Amino acid sequence: MAGPSIDALGQFDLTTGLGAIGRAVNFTNSNEAMLAAAIIIVGMFAIGLKAKALVPGRIQALVEVLYEFVHHMCVDTIGEEGRKFFPLVFTIFSFILLGNLIGLFPYFFAFTSHIAVTLALALFVFVFSTAVGFYIHGFGFLKFFVPAGVPGWLLPLLVPIEIISYLSRPVSLSVRLFANMTAGHVMWEVFAGFMLLLTAGFGVFGAIASVVPLGLNVALAALELLVAGLQAYVFAILTCLYLHDAVHMH
Amino acid sequence: MSDGPEKPGFEDRLAAAEDAAQGPKRKAPGQSDAGSAQRAIELAMRLGVEMVAAMVIAVVIGWGLDRLLHTKPWLMILMVPVGLAAGMRNLLRADRGR
Repeated sequence: MAGPSIDALGQFDLTTGLGAIGRAVNFTNSNEAMLAAAIIIVGMFAIGLKAKALVPGRIQALVEVLYEFVHHMCVDTIGEEGRKFFPLVFTIFSFILLGNLIGLFPYFFAFTSHIAVTLALALFVFVFSTAVGFYIHGFGFLKFFVPAGVPGWLLPLLVPIEIISYLSRPVSLSVRLFANMTAGHVMWEVFAGFMLLLTAGFGVFGAIASVVPLGLNVALAALELLVAGLQAYVFAILTCLYLHDAVHMH
Repeated sequence: MSDGPEKPGFEDRLAAAEDAAQGPKRKAPGQSDAGSAQRAIELAMRLGVEMVAAMVIAVVIGWGLDRLLHTKPWLMILMVPVGLAAGMRNLLRADRGR
């Protein structure tokens, strides 16, 4: 019997988009979603900032809330120097947030569910914050790996630990976002698959019973909305934190 | 000047509105229940990944050095406790409250 089966990972397959041109240059559905995220965020700002009303309308209010939120995050976490890094943090935050949110809609692709994308973002943040550290402190930035107030004979043990701890940053940064998004989408797919299996296996009773996984999926949708926002926030605040370490070295 | 008598009225109303906006925050010292639960979930998700990431990096470095120096598998084994320690270091860092 060839009934329905659960193909939980099929949703992450890359296909080419934009017809023949897309096939020729390997423009994937992931790229489509990225482009959509970028266009939405830029468009939102273009519309929201055009009005310049003293009492903001909906889009202007949304844009202002987003701006102030990230601005406060930058200044609170990095310090006064955070203003310089605001454009970077804001770009990363809005891109990931929009990517996560777009991925929640049916037929849309969640590009943050690919480790290649999140690792590229995380490696960029890692290399950038390290470069900032060396730019500001010169080779003095290497002191970051020497913990203060430690007897000299412990240093050969502690310095490698600090270095590995530092190197693990892009891994934890990328895996966290990737794992959260992938896990949520897989759970959705699995619960939706249960509905098909129940209906195929038990007929009418199965169809009635499949209200349970449907309800779970609805609850999961709310959770995924939280996770989408939370993970974008975590990625941005950790970016700020790494930049804080690079600027202040403690 | 009709502004004069109206101003204190507005200031009072503003203060009252601000009090109302901050009311629920003040009620629970520290954080509200929903906020702290969300933070706890966030922290729990971070900490697990944080430890594993340090471990993975340490083992990969050990494995790579083994391949370069033909000392399989000793450096990898040596790096396991170092990776564990680095994971603990990450946890301490994450616990710094941010």
